[in-house]
Amino acid sequence: MAESIIVNGLVTSGVYALLAVGFSLIFGVARIVNLAHTAFYMLAAYLIYSLAITVGLNLPLSIVLAIAIVTTVGTISYKFIIARVRQHEATTLIVTIALAIIIQEAILMGFGGDPRSVPKLISGATEIFGVAVLNQQLLTLGVVLLLLLGTWAFLMKTRLGVAIRATAQDREVANLMGMDVPRIEMVTMAISVAFAAIAGALIAPLFVLTPGMWMHPLVMILAVVVLGGLGSIKGSFVAAFILGFAETLVVFLAPSGAFLRTSVALTIMLVVILIRPQGLFGIVFEEER
Amino acid sequence: MSIPAAYAMRIYKLFRGEILVLPGRTVVVLFCLVLLVLPAVTSQPFTLRVLILASIFAIFAASWDLLSGFTGQVNFGHALFFGVAAYMAALLNMNLGLAPWATIPIGALAAVVAGLAIGVPCLRLRGVYLSFATLAFPLILAGVVLAIPSITGGELGVYGIDPLSKSRVVTYYITIPSMMVLGFIMWKIADSKTGLIFHAIREDEVTARASGINTTRYKLLAFCLSGFFAGIAGGLYAHFLMGAGPSTLELALSFQVIIWAVFGGIATIYGPIAGVFILYPLTEFVLTRYLGELQEARMLILAFIVLLVLLFMPQGITTWLRDRTEKVCPRCKLRNVATRKTCRVCMAELD
Repeated sequence: MAESIIVNGLVTSGVYALLAVGFSLIFGVARIVNLAHTAFYMLAAYLIYSLAITVGLNLPLSIVLAIAIVTTVGTISYKFIIARVRQHEATTLIVTIALAIIIQEAILMGFGGDPRSVPKLISGATEIFGVAVLNQQLLTLGVVLLLLLGTWAFLMKTRLGVAIRATAQDREVANLMGMDVPRIEMVTMAISVAFAAIAGALIAPLFVLTPGMWMHPLVMILAVVVLGGLGSIKGSFVAAFILGFAETLVVFLAPSGAFLRTSVALTIMLVVILIRPQGLFGIVFEEER
Repeated sequence: MSIPAAYAMRIYKLFRGEILVLPGRTVVVLFCLVLLVLPAVTSQPFTLRVLILASIFAIFAASWDLLSGFTGQVNFGHALFFGVAAYMAALLNMNLGLAPWATIPIGALAAVVAGLAIGVPCLRLRGVYLSFATLAFPLILAGVVLAIPSITGGELGVYGIDPLSKSRVVTYYITIPSMMVLGFIMWKIADSKTGLIFHAIREDEVTARASGINTTRYKLLAFCLSGFFAGIAGGLYAHFLMGAGPSTLELALSFQVIIWAVFGGIATIYGPIAGVFILYPLTEFVLTRYLGELQEARMLILAFIVLLVLLFMPQGITTWLRDRTEKVCPRCKLRNVATRKTCRVCMAELD
């Protein structure tokens, strides 16, 4: 019991962290609330399924292809759709919801509503401290940790990373300093969607795929970024683990836990932001009105 | 001249001076007339059903606009008000046997309480934080509703309550006029001093506060008013479908109302109503009936329509049309037909 809570909690939280970091990157840089973020994650999972099972490519190749395709789709939809309406905040919301619905309905037409599953990339299980853990779960955790560390190093140490942080802090001044802001935003969008795609690739073998699978993670990552503080990567990471574990604990321990898992996680988020409106690690931008 | 004739003259003058001068208002009056005489032309139950639901959702979408379009408190969890009122009305009718005319207002009051319950904690939040926090409320309640099936019926919901009326046509003549009256009241609120303060809060809350406006009170007022109107919509919905289920609290409904409102044009009240009356019959009626083989693609087509319309009219369909048919007088800020050279009241030059 305790061990399956820990393993499942780690995997769920890791995936939330990956999704939330991508979501808050593009929000921080371009102030775009991309509600289609988890739709891209679902698209990646289904692409892997269709490339590996329907087309019959081998699994690693189809994963790489799926991530590349989803990243391209995401960047193109940013360039030609989202970027055109972004000065109207409400319209951006609807356009991204419409994108998510288009992806969902396209998947529903292509694959039907039946649950699908993808074979595991690596099979078998490893025994750690007397607990059998699926190798796929270990792989998921390893990739999540590597990617998050990589993102941190990228943002802190590289030129492009500094440019991204500068744009997030002040668009206009970054532009005046000679940074190509539209290009930086596009690169950030590509990174953000790639993260969603990688998260999709990681969970595809662990969870069943259904065309409605984007809704629940979307709610959770919105809660995660609010709890952690918008635009704070460290905050997203910590909050993903808090909410991921809260959810897993409720599912395993409470009666009728499957119904209450979202409620409990969201209540935790609400209680925290009532005490700290800027989230755990958020910064209050007083001048930003 | 006799007194009735004088009154008739006066009404005619008002009608000419206030309604016929603006194409937008003329269209609204024509639209209301068409809706009111429609049952005389066709009494197909399906057509009436679609229009009844459209009028209920129109109240709902307009109430979202009152809170989010005007005050700028973008609510991602508007289904909360709808669901609370629907469940309240259904449970009261089921357990206490109250009639719809009593349960719907009580349900709306419950939604006002819900508005206060989310308005008070959300006062400290702004912008996207507020949106994401409001998203949580209906989902939390949905979880609770599913977890106590003994009271709420769980996934099946509370079903088998009294209908609004036994006859479809009578139901039509309850919901359609309610939509018109409530829409008019919301439009009047938005046009009043209170509405002006709502605008000010959206544009710049700090400046509004600096001008001596108690923004806290007005934000709570917006939450309560919006909750009240959404609650009436929820109560009507529960009694029309003879039950309330967890789908009234779903994320999909919260998003759907934003789609309708933004598609129609926010901060107008009539925009969201137009959005519902365009999009809802389109999905239920045109696409369902004439697509045939492509039945499954109707949501896909709808999403594409919304996407394309918003790409070319980012502020929504009614705002786009209004900006092309009407001009604002630079001196007295009154609206005029785009063809006029001078303002209809102050005769200032229109550019």
